[in-house]
Amino acid sequence: MKHTISVLVENKFGVLARVAGLFSARGYNIASLAVSETLDPTISYMTIVVEAQDEKILEQISKQLNKLIDVITVTDFTKKAHLDRELLLLKVGYSQKEKQKLESLLSKCVGKIVQAKDDTAIIEAVGDQAQIRQLLEGLNELGIKELVRTGRLAITY
Amino acid sequence: MKMTGSQILLECLKREAVEVVFGYPGGQILPTFDALYGYKGFKFILTRHEQAAAHAADGYARVTGKVGVCLATSGPGATNLVTGIANAFMDSIPMVAITGQVPTALIGNDAFQEADITGITRPVTKHNYLVKDVKDLALIVREAFYIASTGRPGPVLIDLPKDVQVAQTDFIWPEEVKIRSYNPNYSGHPGQIKRAAKLIAEAKRPVIYVGGGIITSGASLELLELAEKINCPVTWTLMGIGAFPSKHKQSLGMLGMHGTAYANHSIMDADLIIALGARFDDRVTGRLDKFASGAKIIHIDIDPSSISKNVRVDVPIVGDARQVIAELNQEIKHLPQIDEWLKHVDALKKKFPMVFQDKKKVLPQYVIQQIDEVTNGEAIICTEVGQHQMWAAQWYNYLLPRTFVSSGGLGTMGFGFPAAIGAKLGRPEKTVFNIAGDGSIQMNIQELATCVENKINIKVAIINNGYLGMVRQWQELFYKRRYSYTPITSPDFVKLAESYGAVGIRVTKKEEVKPALKKAIAVDNTVFIDFRVEEEENVYPMVPAGEAINNILGGLA
Repeated sequence: MKHTISVLVENKFGVLARVAGLFSARGYNIASLAVSETLDPTISYMTIVVEAQDEKILEQISKQLNKLIDVITVTDFTKKAHLDRELLLLKVGYSQKEKQKLESLLSKCVGKIVQAKDDTAIIEAVGDQAQIRQLLEGLNELGIKELVRTGRLAITY
Repeated sequence: MKMTGSQILLECLKREAVEVVFGYPGGQILPTFDALYGYKGFKFILTRHEQAAAHAADGYARVTGKVGVCLATSGPGATNLVTGIANAFMDSIPMVAITGQVPTALIGNDAFQEADITGITRPVTKHNYLVKDVKDLALIVREAFYIASTGRPGPVLIDLPKDVQVAQTDFIWPEEVKIRSYNPNYSGHPGQIKRAAKLIAEAKRPVIYVGGGIITSGASLELLELAEKINCPVTWTLMGIGAFPSKHKQSLGMLGMHGTAYANHSIMDADLIIALGARFDDRVTGRLDKFASGAKIIHIDIDPSSISKNVRVDVPIVGDARQVIAELNQEIKHLPQIDEWLKHVDALKKKFPMVFQDKKKVLPQYVIQQIDEVTNGEAIICTEVGQHQMWAAQWYNYLLPRTFVSSGGLGTMGFGFPAAIGAKLGRPEKTVFNIAGDGSIQMNIQELATCVENKINIKVAIINNGYLGMVRQWQELFYKRRYSYTPITSPDFVKLAESYGAVGIRVTKKEEVKPALKKAIAVDNTVFIDFRVEEEENVYPMVPAGEAINNILGGLA
């Protein structure tokens, strides 16, 4: 199961490596990672999505993160009411015959065309996990040429 | 007053009450060694290898409880420290390691003798620093000592580029250290302590299981009070040796792979395990799903990540062992009825005694017993890693904490001799032994020069069986006696010691053991005693790796 963890850390060089090293040293894969400065420029906010088979692994991850000197707080969103979002940019075919299908799909899903040139359109989409999944399933049928995503962000209610 | 980075470093070390620094010079640490020239603020010991400097700092920290300090240059000097740092990390030893680094402008350029030592040591330090501005240096040194010595202690590395050592700034000593993201918790949760007291009162078959945390937190007296109050048996890990007097009537000795059979059986038969500053290491638990399956577990540890890592715990208490046990002692009002249990444990002790079969040649166990006898159990015993280490753990009667110095977690051959140097400098009034194997001693044997040059008086008892004995034992038991690269040759240890200006003694007969030990202790010099022992003696009892710990092999036990 995928879990979302947020980590508040000191905004210093090397901190990302410490956090990443903690996962790699134990063979845990990071599914996504988003890092940026907070309102307080001395603190950074990391949102990490991690695959963990059981509670015990998740508990260890959170305890080990807390052990890092530069980590201020760790929040496991699994047990907390929260909102999550991810931003995607995609390139899809935009020929005459693809146009209609695409537009009909986008009318039902999150995502909008931000640029269309020649036979290619760039779609921007922001949504929660279910919305993103729905969009990707629909677009897969049309054929995705390129895809980049920010990784998940989360905030508690 | 303006000071250079190097001067600031030395001043900070002095103010941190550092008594001795172990190290080795080199190109990128030259400014600091220049500042050390004629410096009187603390003693500096030049080792003959950086690894030894790290182990010596570690040994010093283990016997004194203070922070050990080592100093090396960049690149190979720094990487040579890594084993010693990893060793201290595994055993939670407070240490500050300082390395020179290429000038900041050259970092990342593959400069001569450049290594990314903060990157390399990230997984084996509690924390580390690359100092980029001399203005940060004093605070970083202060934080490093604070982090190394508080909470669950561990090594902290400071990487100091050459230009930062030379740069000047006003020296400001930070009186207070406060790190917002680091606040170790010392006092246990009162509700949990109450629950623990209740479990203890209800127990029928309790055992106390003690680890290195008792020694780190100085909780021996509190432990003794708790144990005598409950009147239950006490067993310990390798790291817990010395936490509880081994001759106490409640003592079960060490448990685990080479623990006493009665300790292992007692743990497996227990209905309550009171784990104090121990981490349920695989060498202790053996096969996890079989480990003490009928027991409830109270686990007191300063490190939350040690709790419920390997075994499920019924009452976890995060806190300092000394504080929590003292509070627990207050909280225990009802004592359990355990007479039947004590009879059972006594029967186990009678059924599986710790004995060895005498042989014609000198036996390692006998040598250790004789060391115990001639030192009245009052020496500091350092060890290398292997069979001799287990015999030293089994056959010496440790009376006090901080008298057994051994590489527990990492299992580093070559640790004992330099650690003994640190131990002797930390406790000069004590007789310091390094019990070694003929393999291990050759891993840092160059430190003979350090001993002789600085008149450091260590007794090295080499249990010389011509093999890398522990590996040979495993090959004998699990690899059909295929002794692949375990027979090992050695130099003439007597002549070798003499060539360094130390003393060498050879012992080939049983009756020579005690006189040799007495002679070695009387000499005011480092002594190598080459004990030619029975070649294929095994360490028993033994639980094969991955088996339940009551599945015990061999010997008479």
